[in-house]
Amino acid sequence: MSVLVPNDPKSAERVSRLDVGGAIKDAAVATVVAFGLFSLMLGLLTQPGPSGQLTISERPKLLIVSLIVVFVGRFLVAIFTRSLRVPLISRLISPKLSTSFRQLERFAAPALLGFALVVPVLFYSNRYLLDLAILVLTYTMLAWGLNIVVGLAGLLDLGYVAFYAVGAYSYALLAKNFGLSFWVCLPLAGILASFWGIMLGFPVLRLRGDYLAIVTLAFGEIIRIVITNWQDFTGGPNGISGIPRPSFFGIPFTSDPEGFAALFHLEFTPTHRVVFLYYLILALALITCAVTIRLRQLPIGRAWEALREDEIACRSLGVNTTNTKLTAFATGAMFAGFAGSFFATRQGFISPESFVFMESALVLAIVVLGGMGSQLGVAVAALVMLGGFELFRNFEQFRMLIFGAAMVGIMVWRPRGLVATRTPSVYLEKKKDIPAAIVEEARQ
Amino acid sequence: MSETARDTILDVQHLTMRFGGLVAVNDLSFKAARGKITAIIGPNGAGKTTVFNCITGFYQPTEGMLELTHATGKHFLLERMRDFKIAAHARVTRTFQNIRLFAGMTALENLLVAQHNHLMKASGFTVLGLVGWPGYRHAKREAIDRARFWLDRIGLLARADDPAGVLAYGQQRRLEIARAMCAEPVLLCLDEPAAGLNPREAHELNKFLLAIRNETGTSILLIEHHMRVVMEISDQVVVLDYGQKIAEGSPAEIRGDPKVIAAYLGVEKEEVA
Amino acid sequence: MEYFLQQLINGLTLGSIYALVAIGYTMVYGIIGMINFAHGDIFMVGGFLALIAFLGLLAIGVTAVPLALFLVLIVAMLLTALYGWTVERIAYRPLRGSFRLAPLISAIGMSIFLQNYVQIAQGARVKSLPPLVTGAHVLMDSGKFVVQLTNIQIVIIVTTTVLMLLFSWMVSSTRLGRDMRACEQDLKMAALVGVNTDRTISLTFVIGAALAAVAGIMYLLYYGAIDFFVGFVAGVKAFTAAVLGGIGSLPGAMLGGLMIGLIETFWSAYFSSEYKDVAAFSILILVLIFMPTGILGRPEVEKV
Repeated sequence: MSVLVPNDPKSAERVSRLDVGGAIKDAAVATVVAFGLFSLMLGLLTQPGPSGQLTISERPKLLIVSLIVVFVGRFLVAIFTRSLRVPLISRLISPKLSTSFRQLERFAAPALLGFALVVPVLFYSNRYLLDLAILVLTYTMLAWGLNIVVGLAGLLDLGYVAFYAVGAYSYALLAKNFGLSFWVCLPLAGILASFWGIMLGFPVLRLRGDYLAIVTLAFGEIIRIVITNWQDFTGGPNGISGIPRPSFFGIPFTSDPEGFAALFHLEFTPTHRVVFLYYLILALALITCAVTIRLRQLPIGRAWEALREDEIACRSLGVNTTNTKLTAFATGAMFAGFAGSFFATRQGFISPESFVFMESALVLAIVVLGGMGSQLGVAVAALVMLGGFELFRNFEQFRMLIFGAAMVGIMVWRPRGLVATRTPSVYLEKKKDIPAAIVEEARQ
Repeated sequence: MSETARDTILDVQHLTMRFGGLVAVNDLSFKAARGKITAIIGPNGAGKTTVFNCITGFYQPTEGMLELTHATGKHFLLERMRDFKIAAHARVTRTFQNIRLFAGMTALENLLVAQHNHLMKASGFTVLGLVGWPGYRHAKREAIDRARFWLDRIGLLARADDPAGVLAYGQQRRLEIARAMCAEPVLLCLDEPAAGLNPREAHELNKFLLAIRNETGTSILLIEHHMRVVMEISDQVVVLDYGQKIAEGSPAEIRGDPKVIAAYLGVEKEEVA
Repeated sequence: MEYFLQQLINGLTLGSIYALVAIGYTMVYGIIGMINFAHGDIFMVGGFLALIAFLGLLAIGVTAVPLALFLVLIVAMLLTALYGWTVERIAYRPLRGSFRLAPLISAIGMSIFLQNYVQIAQGARVKSLPPLVTGAHVLMDSGKFVVQLTNIQIVIIVTTTVLMLLFSWMVSSTRLGRDMRACEQDLKMAALVGVNTDRTISLTFVIGAALAAVAGIMYLLYYGAIDFFVGFVAGVKAFTAAVLGGIGSLPGAMLGGLMIGLIETFWSAYFSSEYKDVAAFSILILVLIFMPTGILGRPEVEKV
């Protein structure tokens, strides 16, 4: 954690006078660098002209504004750090925040859960919000699943979306070709996804962490390319449409006399299905969360965390590290498979476009931001990242930009995420949270 | 089986380990007696840790045979087994020169990870554990009791719920030994357990290691620089220099061996004498 | 036979581009042991900067192609190097000593950031440029198939070869090269004996980015088009090249780049072009599983 606090606390006491000159110098240097970076990229715009040839136009205003932003921003940061001698952000996000967040968790988690349960009642007439809530929950479930692999076992999986795709295509193909119901397909999709997880994991899990990450990325891309090009089986780039919609345990959500509305003497409305889908994904997400919490307290979960801390020590104690990693991988993949089949039945249409690397990166970003290992942190991150951005729809194009910047920022300032403390899985006398600085990743 | 074979827990025969052109261990043979403390000593770079890494499966020896015999007569050829299998089946566990605790986990959790294989079986490979099977809960209670016992032995019962990373250096060394003991080894390999300890701590360590040998019957293989530790507690000493065995015998014999003194001359002569 | 020869030329051209990018991966990995995931995007930024610089030169009346190309090369290399420096300064330097996956996650964030930055700044559409370097030499004409070596291919192969020679000389014979090799052996020890490690690491990123910029220009000239997403796939392939050659090894990166270029070209020519990326990705997986040290890499002994 030396990265966070390079100066000893005492130096903060030596508050010097405001060093304006130094700050201006820093800001000037940053502005010169920014001019180099932005002059061509922001100052000039390439666009196809009337004849189709690329033409170039100037954007002096944009360039000047961005340079001013850099100057002022760097100046403020510099004046703050130069006079207080502490990095700006680590002051803003103090380690205490994470501890107080833990205390908050005890109340916030049930409150959030209660809120999630009544969302369809509160926003019954707001179809748009319900759809958004379903989206948030889908990503929360995916992030919880990935959290098992990344947060607990410390394995960086960049191809997570591949298992999501396996789940979605399994459901779509099984339901369309064999007419199996959602409730039969759901476990099958999970099993198939974790089967693929094992197939991939077996040969590659003995690789070092960063190699493993790249291999999973390659695997994810291979799956996507195969899906795109295997026309006969997957429908290729056009995807699969007309995927059977979910039924209420056999009762379809239609306006027919045998439909859900008629049977329960309700007036038919498509919202019934949306509400049902909402509760379905809520239940699936909660199962993911509950299973994760349970697994953490079992030997396998403890072995995952031990593996993250020190693989060599694990092997010296007789832990079969390959199998342990494999179970983490397969469990994570299984939940992605569940989420995938939910995605397919909700959309009614799937295509390879939904399973690109960016999706894996998005889910990873949620896990990283929320704090690896904290269930509530991950859920809040999903809510803020997906819900928050829907509030500012005009800035849609900036979403991934900010995601990328946030991933860098989190790694620089709080490498274990916003909620970085760790709760012990077992205790003798008193459960004491372990500060983030001590929850260290493996050292090899 | 002959009586002598029964008395030998580990039989190292013609062990050789080469890294490219470098010969770290050259044709080393020795026997470690059951229920005894065997020390491997030698100057820095003599190949002691390499021997350990071969015994515990972290390195695949270039040549040689490492035969481990349980009291039941069961044989294991360690050079053919992978590291985690050696710990799980042959029941050889170890500590590391630069302590390898799970720093972010509590002392108690560290000791439970050591009982992983046993607990995994009890939890029905997680399936039964997930549904709260009573058999698993019982096994977990037993595991915690065992951990409590060892924590008490090393004087860290009060620190059970603190992360291993915040413990003092000497406490971490003891915890690592306790963790290795929780895996119920027949052979415990300690890589410089007294390194960095003050004289009082080193003395306590001696008592602790003797207690382990006397009470549990666990055989101990020890790499050590601290001559006081070696001379006080070992039953048998093997001296390595440049990857080769230069002497073997009781502490008293080693103390007077001119070859040993020569190897240590000018370095740790005072300590040897 | 003619067809084969033609594919060989095409493969070597493509491989040259990959090799230039692969050097950036392998140098950074050699020195600080991290996969600079954003390096592919630096390559893309280099291509874009070249495109903009070229159009800018046209707009101010520099129309002579060789002069324009030379200026573009200089401008793109300098500015891309600045990008490389900034990325290291912001996203990687503060992470030294952090947990082992942190730099990789940060690099992924940086890669996402750069892609979207270019997309927002210059638009998502493919930018195409009319061919600048035209003309070809017919090497063989069997009547059925003409084997030709285009001028642009000559430019690419010659530029790459010259840069490689220059670069190899720099690593083996200059002060900076010696510092780099020292850092690669042991970062801490190098710092102890007076090597300015921060500066050396910075310069490694700068040089890697400058080489990637050249690769970006070559890519732009060869394919005549570029978009904000090309860095991702090209980056993974160049990384594959670095791994295949043996990561950390400079001759390995060059060899690996050429091999990946050849494999991809022949795969497209004789099997299917849809699956050409699968070929590269599969090689990556297979090499990492069965030959993690690559062709020219040194084996790593696990430290216990």
